[in-house]
Amino acid sequence: MGENRTKKRKEKRFYDYSLLAVIIFLCVFGLIMIYSSSSYSAELTTGNSMYYMTRQGMILCGGFVAMIVVSKMDYHWYAKLAWLAYIAAIVMMILTNFTPLGRAFNGQKRWLGVTETLSFQPAEFVKIALILTLATFINRIGRGIDTFRGLALAVILTLPPFILVGMNNLSSGIIIAGIAFLMCFVGSKKKGIYIFAVGLVLAAAFFVVQYGDKLVEWNILEPYQLERIYVWQDPEAYSQYGGYQVLQGLYAIGSGGLFGRGLGESIQKLGFLPEAENDMVFSVICEELGLFGAVCVILLFLFMIWRFMIIANNAPDLLGALIVVGVMAHISIQVILNIAVVTNSIPNTGITLPFISYGGTSILFLMAEMGMVLGVSNRITLEH
Amino acid sequence: MGEKKPQWKRNQIFHRKGIVFFFLAAAVLLLVMGGRLAYLMIFQSEYYMEKAEDLHERERTIKAARGEIYDANGTLIAANRTVCTVSVIHNQITDPDLVVEVLAEQLDMDPEKIRESVEKYTSREVIRTNVDKEIGDAIRAYHLDGVKVDEDYKRYYPFGSLASKVLGFTGSDNQGIIGLEVQYESTLKGIDGKILTMTDATGVELDAMAEERIEPIPGNNLVLSLDMNIQQYAQQAAETVMEEKNARAVSITIMNPNNGEIMAMVSVPEFDLNDPFTLNTETQGELTNEETQELLNQMWRNPCISDTYEPGSIFKIVTATAALEEGTVSLDDTFYCPGYKLVGDRRIRCHKTTGHGSETFIQGVMNSCNPVFIEVGQSLGAERFYGYFQTMGLMEKTGVDLPGEASGIMHELDNIGEVELATMSFGQSFQVTPLQLLTAASMVVNGGTKVTPHFGVEVVSADGSAVRRLEYETQENVISEATCENMKMILEKVVSEGGGSNAYIEGYRIGGKTATSETLPRGTGKYIAAFLGFAPADDPQVIALITISEPEGVYYGGTIAAPVIRDIFENILPYLGIYPEYSGEG
Repeated sequence: MGENRTKKRKEKRFYDYSLLAVIIFLCVFGLIMIYSSSSYSAELTTGNSMYYMTRQGMILCGGFVAMIVVSKMDYHWYAKLAWLAYIAAIVMMILTNFTPLGRAFNGQKRWLGVTETLSFQPAEFVKIALILTLATFINRIGRGIDTFRGLALAVILTLPPFILVGMNNLSSGIIIAGIAFLMCFVGSKKKGIYIFAVGLVLAAAFFVVQYGDKLVEWNILEPYQLERIYVWQDPEAYSQYGGYQVLQGLYAIGSGGLFGRGLGESIQKLGFLPEAENDMVFSVICEELGLFGAVCVILLFLFMIWRFMIIANNAPDLLGALIVVGVMAHISIQVILNIAVVTNSIPNTGITLPFISYGGTSILFLMAEMGMVLGVSNRITLEH
Repeated sequence: MGEKKPQWKRNQIFHRKGIVFFFLAAAVLLLVMGGRLAYLMIFQSEYYMEKAEDLHERERTIKAARGEIYDANGTLIAANRTVCTVSVIHNQITDPDLVVEVLAEQLDMDPEKIRESVEKYTSREVIRTNVDKEIGDAIRAYHLDGVKVDEDYKRYYPFGSLASKVLGFTGSDNQGIIGLEVQYESTLKGIDGKILTMTDATGVELDAMAEERIEPIPGNNLVLSLDMNIQQYAQQAAETVMEEKNARAVSITIMNPNNGEIMAMVSVPEFDLNDPFTLNTETQGELTNEETQELLNQMWRNPCISDTYEPGSIFKIVTATAALEEGTVSLDDTFYCPGYKLVGDRRIRCHKTTGHGSETFIQGVMNSCNPVFIEVGQSLGAERFYGYFQTMGLMEKTGVDLPGEASGIMHELDNIGEVELATMSFGQSFQVTPLQLLTAASMVVNGGTKVTPHFGVEVVSADGSAVRRLEYETQENVISEATCENMKMILEKVVSEGGGSNAYIEGYRIGGKTATSETLPRGTGKYIAAFLGFAPADDPQVIALITISEPEGVYYGGTIAAPVIRDIFENILPYLGIYPEYSGEG
């Protein structure tokens, strides 16, 4: 890392090893938790208790290589290809949504591919493509993002992927919108409008919760979405209407206590808790490792986000900073929403926990994103 | 930066501020999540943990078979019947409609109620217990997913109401509620086995979780001295006389006087042991739960051991024994009965108001003459007499192996004045239980040994490998042999020549004593007619006491009670291998 083609004095380049350590730790921890939470159901359905862990582990290895490779690339170089990635993302989403290439699991068309094993969730790719696109765009227009025209353009850039993804996957749509919002927020000097927007969203959320039944009458809200709000308010009363998963998650979390049942000792994962290795993996962590373990995981994520902030603030230029901010937005939104869902702090929506939840596409692109961030960190010169 | 290519804009202060602001917002939200977790995992932990446990744990009990009860002949009198518990496990049900339909039809239950249970998110919902095995098998034959039919034992009494108050019955948890079932609870109960398992969501037991299986230990069997043939005969006799005399109740206890083994204990009306919660009497109007329970307790009550009464003339056996033993009276002493006796300022009448005139002691007993016994009592004095209450076990419980035994109601020694002493000597002004009286009389006829009346003879392990004979306290030579011989002779005369002649059976030597006592409080015109008999008089093998409560019409013990004992003896003596001897003067 140190010995590059330096023209002037010796430039000492930075590489965020502490971030790398956290990434590795979270990935390995994720593998352990996937094994712990899935081995029982894997044994039952596939006959191989390591099925999910092996799959995830293999993809993770590929992802790790990808991360290292990406981190060694100059982000200025691949940022130029952002428009290509953007178009590819749109095409993929169109293929997924409107052609037979889109595959539906659990009733939702979120997968693109030919066979079950040879398919992936393009929504994950869309996130990375959007991060690059918006970073390039905001970098290009600079202060222009503070103008109405600039902001409108950013919104127009965001809308197609948001709509295409949100069609079948509202939670990913929300993440995409959140990433775009935070990137614009960081890029702008005038923050007022963003704070106003947040207030607007909160007011809307309040309105939806308060007058959900009316909204369903006016066909603005789907009945199942209203049910989720009811479930959120009182999961026990609505356990028949989808509160089951939430309630099982709460049982798992509550069973954890301070120090948990011990690694591998979760009982809720034994078929009680749906998606134990996926969206609900955090509740298994709570059950097995207790409040202590759960808080450790939260602190790890906090540390990671903090490292993102450090890298973004010291990035050699706005493009690098915005790439990191995009990734930071992606990770923090997903972590916060996932924990909020499993603790029933917000209505249930399917969001995975980065690095830990099972999901090949997700981990692959997450690793690529980590590569991007590490790449930006590698462009930081220490002599300054 | 940006010196190479100007299109890379600088990372400005406001950018950094935005990033820091973003980080802080994320940090705050993460901390809020941490707080939420802390709330759930510390303050709500117990609540959710309990819910989760409910969901996971299956503690299946393997019921231990309750020990069976056999009578003296080895006849099974308390057996176990297999019954089923039908329950549903929500997670395993694949076809709820069919489950509801089948269960509603088979169990004859409201489908809505079953549907409620079927749709409930619990680990296991019991639909019904105590289902007949046939119905259980029928349900099992459907092979419905998520429907569990577990077998359980339920007590079954083949003889129905026979010896109901003695045997007792068990409740829904197979625990004894009254009678021997309570007394021998620990013997009969056995130890339930257990399968402690954690299960996964489908109710499949987890192999990984250490399954703890504790095998049940079946209860021990109990062999009684009770003889169901004698019991049956005694019950019939009691029922007949109760009906004839329209009596309130009739109790008969038949015992082996030599060892205290009770062969029969009848208290009609009996109740159906297989349906012990249904009253055996007509009731008027709606009863509150308390009233019903009170009536049930009344129905279950065993008057032979739990109710005390004034023993009346039968008690003269004790008075006579005491006097003979103490030598204050001898067989040939003569007395004079004018039909009454003045005691202090009281004139106590004899039942024969015209008086028995001059009579020997033996004749006095045969005549059941009150003035004679008043004098005998006086000759003993309160203190010595009182002492015999104690030695003959009338001041304490008999120690019979039944719950709820009452002890007698007795004067304090200091309070026994002339009148009390006089009335006590012919069996009034104090109360004993019929069994106390029978036990005291047994001592007199068995040669002076104090026995403990009992039912339980042997405890046998379920597989028959271990046998334990039950031991009871006996006390020999409490009364001298000579006194006993004299008493047997006198009491035989009571039957052969005196007031107990209605108990006489040709070819048998029967001893006995009649009694007719007024119920308390006095003056209601209600009586208890009683007779105590034993046979053979020279070597008693069986002693019996009958009390007929509140008979209508003739109420003399000698008239209505003695024939019942005769009737019973006539039948059970040959059954016991005691045959009539016609040789002598017979």
